[in-house]
Amino acid sequence: MLRIGVDVGGTNTDAVVMQGDVVLSGVKSPTTEDVMGGVVDAVTRAIAEADKDKEQISAVMIGTTHFTNAVVERRYLMQTGAVRLCLPAAQCLPPMVDWPEDIREAVGGQFWMAKGGNEFDGREISSLDVDELDGIAAEIGVAGLKTVAITSVFSPVSDEMERRAMLRLSERLPDVDFTLSSEIGRLGILERENAAIMNASLRALSERTVAAFGAALAKVGLTCPYYITQNDGTLMSREFVQSYPVLTFASGPTNSMRGAAFLSGKTDAIVVDVGGTTTDVGALVKGFPRPASTTVDVGGVRTNFRMPDVFAIGLGGGSIIIGDGDNLKVGPQSVGYKLTEEAKVFGGDTLTASDVAVGLGLADFGDRSALDDLPPSTMAASKSRIDEMLTNAVERMRVSSEPIPVLAVGGGSILVPKKVGELSVIRPDHFSVANAVGAAIGQISGEVDRIFSLEKITREEALADARKEATKKAITAGARPESIELLDQEDVPLAYLPGNATRIRLKVVGDMHD
Amino acid sequence: MTDVLREVTDADLDAIEIGAAILGTGGGGNPYIGKLRCREELKKGNCIPVIPLDELADDAVVVSLGGIGAPVVGVEKIEEGEECLRALRALEQELDVKVDALISVEIGGANSMEPMLTAAQAGLPVVDGDGMGRAFPEMQMCTWSIYGHRECPAAMADEKGSIVVIRETPDDVWLERIARSVVVAMGAAAGLASQPMRGDFVKRAAVPNTITQARNLGRAVLDAHARHADPVQTVINQENGQLLMTAKIVDLERHLKGGFAVGHLTLEGFGAYRGDRGRIDLQNEFLVFRRNGVVEVCVPDLIVVLDSDTGLPITTEMLRYGQRIAVVGLPAHKLMRSPEALRVVGPEAFGYDDVTFCPMETG
Repeated sequence: MLRIGVDVGGTNTDAVVMQGDVVLSGVKSPTTEDVMGGVVDAVTRAIAEADKDKEQISAVMIGTTHFTNAVVERRYLMQTGAVRLCLPAAQCLPPMVDWPEDIREAVGGQFWMAKGGNEFDGREISSLDVDELDGIAAEIGVAGLKTVAITSVFSPVSDEMERRAMLRLSERLPDVDFTLSSEIGRLGILERENAAIMNASLRALSERTVAAFGAALAKVGLTCPYYITQNDGTLMSREFVQSYPVLTFASGPTNSMRGAAFLSGKTDAIVVDVGGTTTDVGALVKGFPRPASTTVDVGGVRTNFRMPDVFAIGLGGGSIIIGDGDNLKVGPQSVGYKLTEEAKVFGGDTLTASDVAVGLGLADFGDRSALDDLPPSTMAASKSRIDEMLTNAVERMRVSSEPIPVLAVGGGSILVPKKVGELSVIRPDHFSVANAVGAAIGQISGEVDRIFSLEKITREEALADARKEATKKAITAGARPESIELLDQEDVPLAYLPGNATRIRLKVVGDMHD
Repeated sequence: MTDVLREVTDADLDAIEIGAAILGTGGGGNPYIGKLRCREELKKGNCIPVIPLDELADDAVVVSLGGIGAPVVGVEKIEEGEECLRALRALEQELDVKVDALISVEIGGANSMEPMLTAAQAGLPVVDGDGMGRAFPEMQMCTWSIYGHRECPAAMADEKGSIVVIRETPDDVWLERIARSVVVAMGAAAGLASQPMRGDFVKRAAVPNTITQARNLGRAVLDAHARHADPVQTVINQENGQLLMTAKIVDLERHLKGGFAVGHLTLEGFGAYRGDRGRIDLQNEFLVFRRNGVVEVCVPDLIVVLDSDTGLPITTEMLRYGQRIAVVGLPAHKLMRSPEALRVVGPEAFGYDDVTFCPMETG
């Protein structure tokens, strides 16, 4: 059976057809504003190029950096209300206190702190005050907000307050979408709240995008199931991603690193993935993306997701170049999917990083003569600025003096010189569609998240039971039993419940059956 | 760096966050939250003056204060903001004294910053030093108590407005027990200020210059990042420590018990330590490190868990299954290794009857 991997980036939509470990075809197509057109075109061409029938395709895996790009570029974000149930605790650091000014403005920066929240043992810090919530609902209504994130102190231990507050608010705000922090993150209120607010701000974009994926595959004539890849390289259903777009935040880098490892056969390397809008730099350790041990910033906002350690910079093929000499700036603004209209070599009047690549002979597309009136000094200054940005990013991710290779992948990787600092650059076959390859080899997960009583069994037995259950789920969902590994496990003892209760969250992953 | 620290400014906070977390050996409260809170105070126009320990007047009235509770609670139920200030005011009222300066009970973690916050709020200076040179889970485990100061009366305040003054107890162990049950009732987080000390006593008993030490340690790590030097080795060199193991966390058991985060982590060595099995016990802080069942480093020496790549400290509440860590031992200050100190902060004091403190080898 065949699998299709699709990567929907800010500039290009890539598609590959894979048969087992073999890449049969790989194509790129510009991302369209409706998302759909690009997917239809890329998938159709990839199938044609592989010379296969649609009926032979057993699954489509889609990775997208759409939501991350939205946060990084502060675009398409909805005005969002943040409601924190905490008073009188936690008021010294209000919601979004450590956010960069521009993204706080992009989501409106409106928050309410209200009575509520739990203690570590489940007691209430203070009771929910329905009058206070009604007052907040009225203000949210007046502000015209359509999406709200609710975060309650200790909601990973007890999510009841968040649920009750949502019910009360939604009575008065029937058209508002709610994101509950307990469904997204773990202990650590600032980071969990940040993730919930970002998730809430992406709801409209997420609905549009997921609908477009479905419509696109239907238009191509594919009836097989499709999945969307999440942070840890595993697959999730479309219903799920619709409500939790934030869980795709790191899927781009995960896919590109897993794809780069797969394509190059290298297990230890720095991966530089240059897209149209951003460049992600990460590290491969023994074939897997190195996870960040501490908190991870997304667009300058701190989160506590388990994510690959990635340093992102605003450099891509579509990066807009302004100024000259010492004042020259490359990015972070990008023409994105409009590259083929707005870049100079395509007849537009915006100078982009791609124009520089063409001008310097690193790439050959569009009309090079469109650059004739550009002073050579601008070209040289742009190139040296780009090299400097790449070197800084690679040096930042490099953790030893070992001369490991740099794997350059992604459509914009023509911008990467032959050497970055002192490290040699390798560009594997199919480098420009590494993300789509990474999506195509997305793994199946099995997850357990429930409360176990430790009255009759030990903690170790409970963990083993949970692992068995998760493994069974993964196999049922289509994972090869011999490939299953433990990805994450966490237990939170719930002192307020009788019977020595503990909440176990455990996730296993395995490769998909061919 | 020989400059004398006179004021903590915004530019020092990133370095103190890292340095204090390393000295916190996993506990002492979340330093990131401490940093943000300090930053908010500085934004209001308040400042944090610092008095070098040797410039402290002999008759100065100095109060030691900090947060008490469990570190896991600190990242979830963030403080209202003036808990320590209310505890300080309650103490002043109880004793009818005017306080001249504040000092940290423990430099480790956010408790390095709690007195800075209160200092900014109250318009007082902080003294460059502390009562542990690290972090410890219990109140009597500080040099004030070890070298003869009685911590009673002590005042506690929570976020809800409750204030409890513990006027008398037979000794500081009893004070800890009572304060601990109070803090559990308060939701495992409170501010605590204890009986004022005279300047001359503080000069004798404080672990000296630890704010400067934390800042310089943090600066060294940041500088190592900038130079792409090995940050773990930088920490070891700066503090005269020793690398114990590079390892992956293969199990993590951590729960709240009696107002503490207690548990242990199981480690599987990698790199030069492949084949080794490690275990670290914790009670808010990391207490004992064993390799293949044998104790190698224990309290009062410092067991520090760093991210093996970045050298950044991982505090108890940030521990995760699968993390790749470097375990580093740092020698405790000599005030913490004396016979009278070991009775209070040695392994026996934590219930390890079969473990005898043996000072770790230094690099």
